[in-house]
Amino acid sequence: MEKAIKRYFPIFLLPTLIAFTIGFIVPFIMGIWLSFCEFTTVTDATFVGLSNYIKAFQDPIFLHSFWYTALFAVVSLVVINVIAFAIALALTQKLRGTNIFRTVFFMPNLIGGIVLGYIWQLIFNGLLAPMATALNLNEWYGFWGLIILVAWQQIGYMMIIYIAGLQSIPGDVMEAAAIDGASGPQRLFKVTIPMMMPSITICTFLSVVNGFKLFDQNLSLTAGEPSKMSEMLALNIYNTFYGRTGWEGVGQAKAVVFFILVVAIGLIQLKATRSKEVQQ
Amino acid sequence: MKRKQRMNRLGTGLFTFISIFYVLPVVVVLFNSFKKKSYINLEPFKLPNETTFTGLDNYATAINQYDFLKAVGWTVFITVGSVIVILLCTSMCAWFITRVRTRVTRAIYILCVFSMVVPFQMVMFTLSLVTDRLGLGTPWGLIIIYLGFGAGLAVFMFCGFVKSIPIEIEEAAMIDGCSPIRTFFSVVLPIMKPTYISVGILETMWIWNDFLLPYLTLDIKKYKTISIVIQYMKGSYGRVDMGAIMAALIMAVIPVVIFYLSCQKHIIKGVAAGAVKG
Repeated sequence: MEKAIKRYFPIFLLPTLIAFTIGFIVPFIMGIWLSFCEFTTVTDATFVGLSNYIKAFQDPIFLHSFWYTALFAVVSLVVINVIAFAIALALTQKLRGTNIFRTVFFMPNLIGGIVLGYIWQLIFNGLLAPMATALNLNEWYGFWGLIILVAWQQIGYMMIIYIAGLQSIPGDVMEAAAIDGASGPQRLFKVTIPMMMPSITICTFLSVVNGFKLFDQNLSLTAGEPSKMSEMLALNIYNTFYGRTGWEGVGQAKAVVFFILVVAIGLIQLKATRSKEVQQ
Repeated sequence: MKRKQRMNRLGTGLFTFISIFYVLPVVVVLFNSFKKKSYINLEPFKLPNETTFTGLDNYATAINQYDFLKAVGWTVFITVGSVIVILLCTSMCAWFITRVRTRVTRAIYILCVFSMVVPFQMVMFTLSLVTDRLGLGTPWGLIIIYLGFGAGLAVFMFCGFVKSIPIEIEEAAMIDGCSPIRTFFSVVLPIMKPTYISVGILETMWIWNDFLLPYLTLDIKKYKTISIVIQYMKGSYGRVDMGAIMAALIMAVIPVVIFYLSCQKHIIKGVAAGAVKG
């Protein structure tokens, strides 16, 4: 059977493979190569070794955006997951109207980042105006604004994953714990949370990676104001590419650093939470 | 028992309150879209009154001056086209690489998984160079780019499902004289229907809302998507028309809400399935 299928590879495999080569493999390899070059278009690229990487790490705005993004990822991770978990717990308690609440909480997730950013810009500026200030005047307004925005957007998504996890916990385990005299908090921390570790792994992984990759919302809510102080990594890379001529190589070097960072954080995070998963 | 009932009622009350807060931002934008543009930044939280109400003027501006409906059309075209192409091509690819075990197919699978974790910023500059060189800066070309960049997740999810299909069914079909193509379309494809829905929804959510990829690869003078138009309206070209932006935001949210309410069950299932596999 394998042989019979194999002959049909031009039909089954080739379209995806060609598109994948154009859309991913070639740009990826070119990207790694160009991070070691100075260029404005590909044809005038000259090899310059590590100098792009050195320039990238000497750029104070890049370093600032680095810490700003890391802090953002950690805070958003905690805020989103704690609230989403709490809501999931509450909504699996047979409350009246659970389905409507789920529908409402999930909805913002389907709205695009650019649209979300402008919706919240109106709200935040409206709230800040009576205090004679605005979102683009303080980097921490932008920071907490983004936290509220991504929490609003992603809590529903994580809630769905947590609810699916909670519903897959076998009822007899909870019953056994209750009969053995475990109190409410004990059941939560000794039974529910350990049983939920696979869902927690997924949700924390998604929210930390989303936090690092955040771009659209950052661009539309603050666009890096005031003076690039609320610029996160992805936006900083974008601005290096398209805002400064002659810095394309540095932008690509930053992008490679960014890529390694996202992969590393994802792996570390997976390892840390996977080790706490229990066999069912 | 009574205590529990009271707790439940309290919970419902609390969540009703939170839910109202949850939709409030969109509602604020909605009533601002009916106000004259100069009043929006002055008093964003006040309902429109006789002096500030302007009817559907803002909607007319967004549609006439900024070609908003054309952008909606292109966004629909790109999203629907890409999702259909992605579903068809990647499911065929996934079936092939799961059933034919060679070093090459294994390498393709690993590359697909790898591509899922690569952030877009890593390839955005070179991708826009490649599309420029190949002349793919049109909505039709963009479909190919989306197939390439979205293949990772789709192939991964389809492979996960193909592995769970007993191979005997396909063997029986082949022995009865089906060609591999017929086997795929009349045996494998119907079995995979739930996965098609999950993958389709995840890819739709991504492509519909995507901003940077079309912004960098499309010929923006000719083709704009919804996200691009809104960013363009807010951009530094002339005075910012807050009224038109409010109208555009509402018009961007409405199709999403309709889509969501009409296939909510599938969306939530798709998200849960995608997460378990991811």
